Amino acid sequence: MSSGKSQALVVAHDLAKTFDVSAPWLNRVIERKPRQLLNAVDGVSFEIERGKTLALVGESGCGKSTVARLLVGLYEPTRGGLTFDGQDAHAAFKSADAQTMRQRIQMIFQDPYASLNPRWTVEAIIGEPLSEHGLIKDAAELKARVAELLQSVGLSPLDMVKYPHQFSGGQRQRISIARALATAPEFLVCDEPTSALDVSVQAQVLNIMKDLQRERGLTYLFISHNLAVVRHVSDQVGVMYLGRLVELADKHTLFSNPQHPYTRMLLDAIPKMHDTGRARTPVQGEVPNPLNPPSGCTFHPRCPQATDICKAERPPLRDFKGIKIACHAVV
Amino acid sequence: MSLLKVENLVVEFPNRHGTLRALDDISFDIAPGEILGVVGESGAGKSLTGASIIGLLEPPGRVAGGQILLEGQRIDQLNADQMRHIRGRKIGAIFQDPLTSLNPLYTIGKQLTETILAHLPVTPQEARQRAIDLLKDTGISAAEERIDHYPHQFSGGMRQRVVIALALAAEPQLIVADEPTTALDVSIQAQIISLLKKICKDRGAAVMLITHDMGVIAETCDRVAVMYAGRIAEIGPVHQVINHPAHPYTAGLMASIPNMDSDRERLNQIDGAMPRLNAIPTGCAFNPRCPKAFDRCRQERPELMSAGANRAACWLHDGSVS
Repeated sequence: MSSGKSQALVVAHDLAKTFDVSAPWLNRVIERKPRQLLNAVDGVSFEIERGKTLALVGESGCGKSTVARLLVGLYEPTRGGLTFDGQDAHAAFKSADAQTMRQRIQMIFQDPYASLNPRWTVEAIIGEPLSEHGLIKDAAELKARVAELLQSVGLSPLDMVKYPHQFSGGQRQRISIARALATAPEFLVCDEPTSALDVSVQAQVLNIMKDLQRERGLTYLFISHNLAVVRHVSDQVGVMYLGRLVELADKHTLFSNPQHPYTRMLLDAIPKMHDTGRARTPVQGEVPNPLNPPSGCTFHPRCPQATDICKAERPPLRDFKGIKIACHAVV
Repeated sequence: MSLLKVENLVVEFPNRHGTLRALDDISFDIAPGEILGVVGESGAGKSLTGASIIGLLEPPGRVAGGQILLEGQRIDQLNADQMRHIRGRKIGAIFQDPLTSLNPLYTIGKQLTETILAHLPVTPQEARQRAIDLLKDTGISAAEERIDHYPHQFSGGMRQRVVIALALAAEPQLIVADEPTTALDVSIQAQIISLLKKICKDRGAAVMLITHDMGVIAETCDRVAVMYAGRIAEIGPVHQVINHPAHPYTAGLMASIPNMDSDRERLNQIDGAMPRLNAIPTGCAFNPRCPKAFDRCRQERPELMSAGANRAACWLHDGSVS
């Protein structure tokens, strides 16, 4: 809104999403169970500059994918919002401008086997956003645009007539990238785009994503649980735990000098490839049940540095030596 | 003597259009107490190799050649009944998804004691005590209580511990673990791997660890076999294979993994994809993607040959050429 803030293309402020996971009404009445709410994402704020990549990492159930779905408007936030290029994105999704906003924000999903319609040809899959958004005039132009998009992800225009089952996993993921690029978006939300792929194919897809970013100045939100991949693609990294950001720093600082005990734990848990036979330091404990999160800092039951204040008070995300961190022990 | 010896194993899948050869001439052995890693991309034949050993090939798949020897005795020709005695008693199995390996309708205690009673001459009371001990060994706290819980009451990591306990129930000498940590988060993965290593060391069990994760292989295994298109491309001590790969495929695979120690703008990529079983190129199956391929690779198929400390199926290491 203010022109001074226009540096960042994407600004998420205090994003939160609460799901109602209560038992059905009748059970609640008979068994006297209270309503149960799940805070999947609980006040997440970050900014992404144009042409940069922010990666979100964390274990299963920490709310990464919910953030992704909030950003593309698949979920309505319970609290907070998203400012995209100075505009309130969620207000735009509901207004007459929805089409324009959707063209500018697109998403790549995790599983290329589930995200492509098996009964459609590649032409129909990639062409759908083009015709849906009225970006083409006739069938000939559609074919030309689809061919161009296929080439940009390293596939042949001849592949247009094929069906998804005729492609390998990596090729399918390229088709979903081509589909996401069809509306010429500025911001791509990628939810674990390579975790269903083999490493050699993962390398192909990551290279294509980096090339596209360089050529088109794309901005990425990249969600992954693989820290090595995150280190390769990102500029900034946010570490999530139980629906909250615990550390947000630029890539080099985060990997060379992790501050939050959870970040350190995650980094220690990565197997070191060239150091064969070295045992990892296993992380203690497991992610708690999000329906009944621990008091105070939700990480305290697993934290080696936890003190009394961690059990009592939830640490806010604060600025500390150029990074943002939510930890009583560090700040 | 090796505990498990696989010699020239061939597995075929007959279908309407002919016969697909899914595993072609696989040979390796595992010594008692050794951990052998089997790594490769989807469709390379890793899981099929494991399934052939535990006798769980899905029809119409069949062993069409070669032999599998456990303690010097052939097990590939046993009938279903004989195989059932070996499976569990001599070979334990751990699969990828712990939720589908456990029966949701029985308590884990019931499932553990059933396995123990089927294979060991013990009373039900002794079996229950053994089940509790096994759960304690695999790091499940309050095992006396948790033994009467159902699988859905356990988290993913805890379930995989239960599955490991189940595989170890009858003290098998060999454990075939097919992607045991793939469905788990990194932090839990480290716990399960160190548990698997410790428990096998304590009991002297040999492990065949099938995974696509080179990191897991690096920290766990003694030796590793790299598979490509139904064949072993390279086999050797894990340190050698990772740091001095002899086969161009292994080298490409290693270079394509994002690394925590180096900063590269682009990852090395192996162009193309693994061939389908009905379109395996003549000569070396990797030749169309290989940066070092020469004429001989396109015509003649290389067998495993000595390449430094490793053995690799690659003509670059043929002594008669150089």
